[in-house]
Order: sequence, then structure tokens, then C-alpha cells
Amino acid sequence: MLSASYLSIQGISKTYHQGDVSDEVLGDVTLDVASGEFVSILGPSGCGKSTLLSIIAGLLAPTRGTVRLGGELVTRPPADMVYLFQQYSKSLFPWRRVRENVALGLEVKSRRGSRTSAEINKLCNEYLAMVGLKDTGDLYPWQLSGGMQQRVAIARALIAGPRVLLMDEPFSAVDALARNLLQDLVLELWRKLNITILFVTHDVDEAVYLADRVLTLSKPPVRVVDRIELDLPRPRRQVETRESPEFLRHRRELYARVTAG
Amino acid sequence: MLQRSLGYMLIVALGLLWEAVVRFGIVDTPTLPALSDILSSFWSLLVDGSFVGIFLPSLERLFLGYFIACVIAVAIGVAMGSNRTFFHLLAPLVEFLRPIPSPAYVPMAILFLGIGNEMKVFMVAFTSFFPVLLNTISGIANVDRVVIDTGRTFGLTRAQIIYKVMLPSASVYIMTGMRISLAIALVITVLSEMVAGNDGIGFFVLDAQRSFRLSEMYAGVIALALVGYGLNHLFVAVESRLLAWNAGIRRAEG
Repeated sequence: MLSASYLSIQGISKTYHQGDVSDEVLGDVTLDVASGEFVSILGPSGCGKSTLLSIIAGLLAPTRGTVRLGGELVTRPPADMVYLFQQYSKSLFPWRRVRENVALGLEVKSRRGSRTSAEINKLCNEYLAMVGLKDTGDLYPWQLSGGMQQRVAIARALIAGPRVLLMDEPFSAVDALARNLLQDLVLELWRKLNITILFVTHDVDEAVYLADRVLTLSKPPVRVVDRIELDLPRPRRQVETRESPEFLRHRRELYARVTAG
Repeated sequence: MLQRSLGYMLIVALGLLWEAVVRFGIVDTPTLPALSDILSSFWSLLVDGSFVGIFLPSLERLFLGYFIACVIAVAIGVAMGSNRTFFHLLAPLVEFLRPIPSPAYVPMAILFLGIGNEMKVFMVAFTSFFPVLLNTISGIANVDRVVIDTGRTFGLTRAQIIYKVMLPSASVYIMTGMRISLAIALVITVLSEMVAGNDGIGFFVLDAQRSFRLSEMYAGVIALALVGYGLNHLFVAVESRLLAWNAGIRRAEG
């Protein structure tokens, strides 16, 4: 089951046409992700990372190329994959309380199964506790801080039981301390739930801290420039890992490549 | 507290002024009865249950027309707001029909539907339709891409995305349209009853004027003011329940 390439992206390109003007955002992106792997995708802001991730998620059709998940061609959002948005404040439904937002992950019949609404409530509370948000179920999203809102979004994504989580700069809008806590939360959940994570970021430190492997992207039209295996021991620790010589070496190397563009 | 009651005090003062100019003969014409006579007419129409009989047919056609309009307008608004082809197909027609003052349709409506209830319900529905439609279109068109994609990534079907994502997301706009329409619906109810028919508050006010029961005519107008006020209050109460989440956001954003 642990095939070398669980998620396979082959020759993806995306060109937008507006009148006579065409804008080639993605050039020719090919990448493979193994099951259970944590891969960071690193690229400058506005380089089309979100476009790439939306295509992988089945939310956007590519101009050319294919996405396969477990061998199946992705043409619409697959049940095994959930997309976590950067704009958590827009992605959470403001008209739903926190618990009802988490329950969205179980709204589809195949995921809800035969659970009663009492069981769903209980499960939502468990997932909220898992992301450190016990007793917030009755609040509305606007009553929570940015970091807490993103935790709700994580609980909502995980309750759906995905095997792949696509994360689009999920922590770029929260403050630095909350960001570190969220990074550790994601690492902990990734290990515990044995899921595959594709994590898009423009932050070199974040990319290195989290991943097994970092892919760097070029400016548009985007291609994968480099694939760097990280030999950092796990579990990662905010202070020790970031001070280790390996971390600093990877960081220096990636900075040079990213800024070289 | 004093500031808030100023407006009510003005109403009382104007009422007293009215009473005074008639009682002291400053204005001496049968077209303007004393306010006290009007209020006593109002009171007797109220206690003998006449107002119930007068307003019941009006409110029935108002709510029926309004309800039909809201359902159809939201349905078409969702289609137009979420589908470009639908929008471009219907937008010119809407833009052409909308500016025509709705009383202008009354003669046509009478030709097709007669002078009975159908014509009045149609007039109310037709007029209430546009504000709800236009606000629904804006509301749906303004639903953020991220909210819709969130629904899609969790595997919601197209229908689920409409009623679980788009409609709640657009509900603030839609409710605004419905509030505007409710006021217009009352206007058109009264107007259509004045044009034709033999029941309802519009007919009552006109009939009272024609048969020179002027205290009753004024009493009817006062009752209409109260009903309009009550309808709006009722709507605001329902709206603030449904959109409680939004009021919280607005307070938080200050």
C-alpha cells in the first residue's frame, strides 16, 4: 500500500486567457508524494502555489497534465483529500457555531455513516479537544483569535478522515507564537493519524522545520526547481531543531536557491 | 431617555395642535374632523371587530403575494447570481421591467385576471419580486470563492452548496431585499384594493371617503400606519433572530 508515489502530479500546466492576453501561471509541474510523507512546497508569494494546490485538490481543472491519487485520476475533490485554506476567516462559515463548523467535515453521507446527531456532536467535541479547543463548540468563529480559528479549520478537516491534507500557507496570517504552536500541532497530528501532508509556504524556516522533503518552485510559469531531502531527526523541537547545524545548513541552501529564483 | 422620547412628544404635540385648530374653529371644514372624533371612530372600529374583518383580506393577499414573490425571486436570484449564462439571459429583461412603476400594470392585470383577489395577489407578488431578486443576485454573486471551495473540498453536492453555503452566505443581502419588498407589498395591497374590489383596508378608506364618513377614513389611515409599523417590527424581530451571527460580527468589528 505504501507505494512510492501515492499522490502523483504529472506535467500540470495552467494558462489563463483573458481576451487576447494569456497568462501562463504553471509551466510544467511534476511531483510525486509517497503515502505518509510530509512535503513542503516553497515558492515566492504570488507565484501560483495556490493555483497548483487547487488543481491537486480537484477544485480547478489544469490546462494540461494529470493528478492521480492512489492511482485514481482526480477530476473533482476526492473524498480522501481535504484542502485547508490560508483565509481561515473566510473558510469557516460565520453563520455556524464552532461545533457546527467542525460538523461540516461529516456532512457528506459517506462520511457521516449511521451516526446520530448526538454522536456527531460528541465526535466534534473530541476533535476540538484534539486541536486544543475544548469548550469552544458553542462560540461563533468571530469570537476566536486567528490561530484558534485555524485550529477549528484543522479539526474540521481531520474529522472528515482524509488521507491527504493540502495546506495552503495555513499559518501565514497568524502571529509568530501561535504559528509555532500550530506547526507543532500539525506535526503531532500528522504522526498520530498517519496522513500525507502537502504544505505550501513562502517561509523557508517553516518549510524546513516541518517537512521530510522540500520542493522549490520557480517564478511563473512555475516549475519544480529542486527537490531536497531533509535529514533532520524527528520529533522536531522548536528550539533544538532550529538551532541544529543540519537545520541551518538546509535553511542557508534553500534561501540561496529561492532568492536565486 | 428624554432624547429618545422627543419624537413621540412631537407626535403628541402635533395631535394636540390638530385638535386645537379644529375645536377653536381656526380650520373649519368638514374635510378635517377633530382628532378626538377620529380616535373615537378608530376605537369603535377596533372594539366591535370591524378592523379585523377589514384587514384580514388585505393581510391574506399581502402575505400570499409576498410569499410567492420571495420564493420565486430567491430561486431565480440564485440561478442568476451563480450562473453567468442565466444572468446574461435574464438581466436585460429584468432591467427593462424593473423601472416600470408597478401601478402601470394594474390595467393589464385587470384585463387578464379580473378585479378579484387573483389580480391583487399578482400585483403584490410582481412588485415585491424585484427587490428580493436584485438583492439575491448581489448576495449570491458576492459569496466568497473560498466559502464555496470549502464546501466543495468537503464533498458537498451542487444542491448542498446552494442551500448550505450560498444561501446562508447571501442571507444578509436577501433579508434586506425582503424588508424593502414587505413595505412595497403593503403599498400595492392598498392601491390595488382602491382600484377594484369591495373588501380590504384600501377599499374601506376609499369607500369611507366616497360616502363622506371622514372620521372613519382617517381612522383607517391611522390603522394602516400601525399595521405597517407592526409588520416592519415583526420582520426586524425575525431577521435579527436569523442573522444573530451577523449582528455579533458587526458588533465585534465595531
